[in-house]
Amino acid sequence: MMMADSGSSEEVAVIGNTDITSTESENNIINTMVERGTALLKKMEINVAEAEKRTGKNTVNMQETYTVYLIETRPVEAVPEGGTPAAPDMLWRRYSEFELLRTYLLVTYPFIVIPPLPEKRAEFVWHKLSADNLDPDFVERRRVGLENFLLRVASHPLLSNDKIFFLFLTEEKGWRDAVLETGFQDKVDSRLKSLSAMFRVKNPDKRFTALKQYSDELNAVISQLLRVRAKVADRLYGVYKVHGNYGRVFSEWSAIEKEMGDGLQSAGHHMDTYAASIDDILEEEEHYADQLKEYLFYTDAVRSVCKKHELLQYELEMVAQDLAYKKQQREELATGTVRVFSLKGMTSKLFGQESQEQRESRLAALEQSIQEGEETVKEKNAECQEFVRTAWKDIERFKEQKDQDLREALISYAIMQISMCKKGIQVWSNAKECFNKM
Amino acid sequence: SRRQMLVVDVPVLGVFSLVQNTSLADGGPMPNSPSSLVNQYRLEEEEEQPGADAKDFFITVDNPESHVTAIETFIMYRVVTKTTRSEFDSSEYEVRRRYQDFLWLRGRLEESHPTLIVHPLPEKFVMKGMVERFNDGFIETRRKALHRFLNKISEHPVLSYSQHFKVFLTAQELTSHRKQGPGFLSRMGETVRAVANSVRGLRSRPEEFSVMQEYVDHFSTKICSVDKVTQRIIKEQREYLDELRQYGPTYTQWAELEEDLAEPLKGVADCVERCSQETEEQIQQLSEVLVPALHEYVLCAETLKAVMRRRDNIQAEFEAKNEALASRKADQDAEEVDGLAERVEVANTTLKEDWSRWQKAMRTDLRSALISTTEKNVDYYEKVSLAMVCSQ
Repeated sequence: MMMADSGSSEEVAVIGNTDITSTESENNIINTMVERGTALLKKMEINVAEAEKRTGKNTVNMQETYTVYLIETRPVEAVPEGGTPAAPDMLWRRYSEFELLRTYLLVTYPFIVIPPLPEKRAEFVWHKLSADNLDPDFVERRRVGLENFLLRVASHPLLSNDKIFFLFLTEEKGWRDAVLETGFQDKVDSRLKSLSAMFRVKNPDKRFTALKQYSDELNAVISQLLRVRAKVADRLYGVYKVHGNYGRVFSEWSAIEKEMGDGLQSAGHHMDTYAASIDDILEEEEHYADQLKEYLFYTDAVRSVCKKHELLQYELEMVAQDLAYKKQQREELATGTVRVFSLKGMTSKLFGQESQEQRESRLAALEQSIQEGEETVKEKNAECQEFVRTAWKDIERFKEQKDQDLREALISYAIMQISMCKKGIQVWSNAKECFNKM
Repeated sequence: SRRQMLVVDVPVLGVFSLVQNTSLADGGPMPNSPSSLVNQYRLEEEEEQPGADAKDFFITVDNPESHVTAIETFIMYRVVTKTTRSEFDSSEYEVRRRYQDFLWLRGRLEESHPTLIVHPLPEKFVMKGMVERFNDGFIETRRKALHRFLNKISEHPVLSYSQHFKVFLTAQELTSHRKQGPGFLSRMGETVRAVANSVRGLRSRPEEFSVMQEYVDHFSTKICSVDKVTQRIIKEQREYLDELRQYGPTYTQWAELEEDLAEPLKGVADCVERCSQETEEQIQQLSEVLVPALHEYVLCAETLKAVMRRRDNIQAEFEAKNEALASRKADQDAEEVDGLAERVEVANTTLKEDWSRWQKAMRTDLRSALISTTEKNVDYYEKVSLAMVCSQ
């Protein structure tokens, strides 16, 4: 019926199934991740099953309440006929541990676009959603987000093989020590430097420059979209809820009418139904917002990779420049011409030429330095090229993932809207029937 | 043949045509907007009165024109009547009337038939919302209401035969007629008597009229509530529309950054745009169909209260004179008392008949306005749904 206008058969298949919920479509994305299959996912099922409140003393010895999340892992194996699947291994993690894992991944794999965590605090809320971290709806959405994070890492060809990641999933007690032992914290400073430094790179790879710009623009546009969407949701809530007043008034009015009474009364009920329906509709839309948020946070990860490239490129340019300078010095020393100002040159002018011996020892030291410099440049250049190669490979992978995920998100959003319209048609048709009987 | 007439009884300093001249292309009556057309036809379809098939009046109110004189500025409306009634010399009339003329007509009708329910006129001047008297929207709303008023009168089995009604529809110049009849002072006298009688109080109101009074009081509050809720919905819809207008373009902005994603993003942008258009139409429907209908019945409720008061006064006057007669106070004329007794009978009977007629009309009018709203809403969701399907 509605499908006649759609394009390819693929689209029809998706649009036709208008009963698919947004959770299901998010699962579709996850299923794709699993299907593509890394070695890890081929042998292990991962999910974040539950969330629980805990209280305990924090680092400054104060009572605090926090939420822990249950990570379940289960070996992937065929279940025997009539048998039950094996019980999963379980451990509890809190949000800060996820953060620690992610920081470790960021510094260990600076050329990879590291999947983002769900937001720490609720942002882009529309009025009804609580911004409270302990609100059950927020906790539930965070649980889904954390599971998504783990699955994204687990489906990454490189990250899935990381030992620390594996231990995060399997080793509750000893994990923190294992992470710290890697000494990754030393690299944290370097990462911070690359993110915040304002250095000028002469020849960055143009692809990365373009990518950073795209990433910044995408960040801005998704932020705006989320902001406006929240306002739209707020207003739509208002429209639906005011119709609830019809319910009350029609009911009261029906009490004084004879022929009109029944029609008014039942129409009033439909108005109540209409007003109540917005709660579920907007809750479902939050899933869509979460999908957009994930890619909003992804832009930070992309930016981080671009900045790392810039840093490496800058360092390369610095050592290359340094080498060029030294070579020039050698030339001047060898030919006796002074093109470059140097203290030695000045003092020799003032205090007389240096002896042949002195010159030769200086030349030797310089040669040594130049040789070392050339080594450094070679190494740095190789590091840079390797970074560009591996990073761009991952960026291509990321781009494909992004396009697919967002396309699916937009489709599921359209499906949600269609479902909302169906409900609307239902309610108002029913109300019309009631008024007809008046 | 039609003649455009400008009433020139005072020096006219300027004439400005403010609203599109809605000429009657085929000579048939054509209300201005499609929605009021729908309402009009619904009303005619569902009329159950005898002889309703033979609608013998076709009246239109249109073509408001501003008249500026040395003293004042006012609007004149064109009133075109086509009728098959034998009381009318011709079958077609065209006159120009101003709001005051309508007020006069209604006043005379109420005066002649104090316990008939005479359809209300649009209000004199709406201060709230700071609507200017010569604002196009205000004039159009008023024009539609005046049109409805005359048509309601023309459908009334008693009022449509009123001499005042005939004069209103046919006389080229109304001012001389307005000066005739019971003057201001005699009308004052009647009001004073009525107040005096009501202060005295009723002996006993017949049960059925007490029931009616209670209904009228409740109906009045309820219809006001429905009106308020509807206005609130319009307000919320407008705010929703404002946000939608920001939402769509953001998707377009995003589409400009993308390659593969550009198409689906543009699709959503187009959809949101569609949604905006449809929401605008929803607001229009509410403002032009449902709100006027509800508002009319808010005014009707006040009319009903006035009718009930007048009925009470008629009864009170009779009771006062009757008591005076019984106690042989002064020289109370027995014949006068008989006359008043009959007056009470007539008042009660006409009210009862007109009451059931009014109730039917109310049901019909409000039902059709509410149904029109539900249809618009279904239409809205169907169109948005279709746009969503096409977008991806």
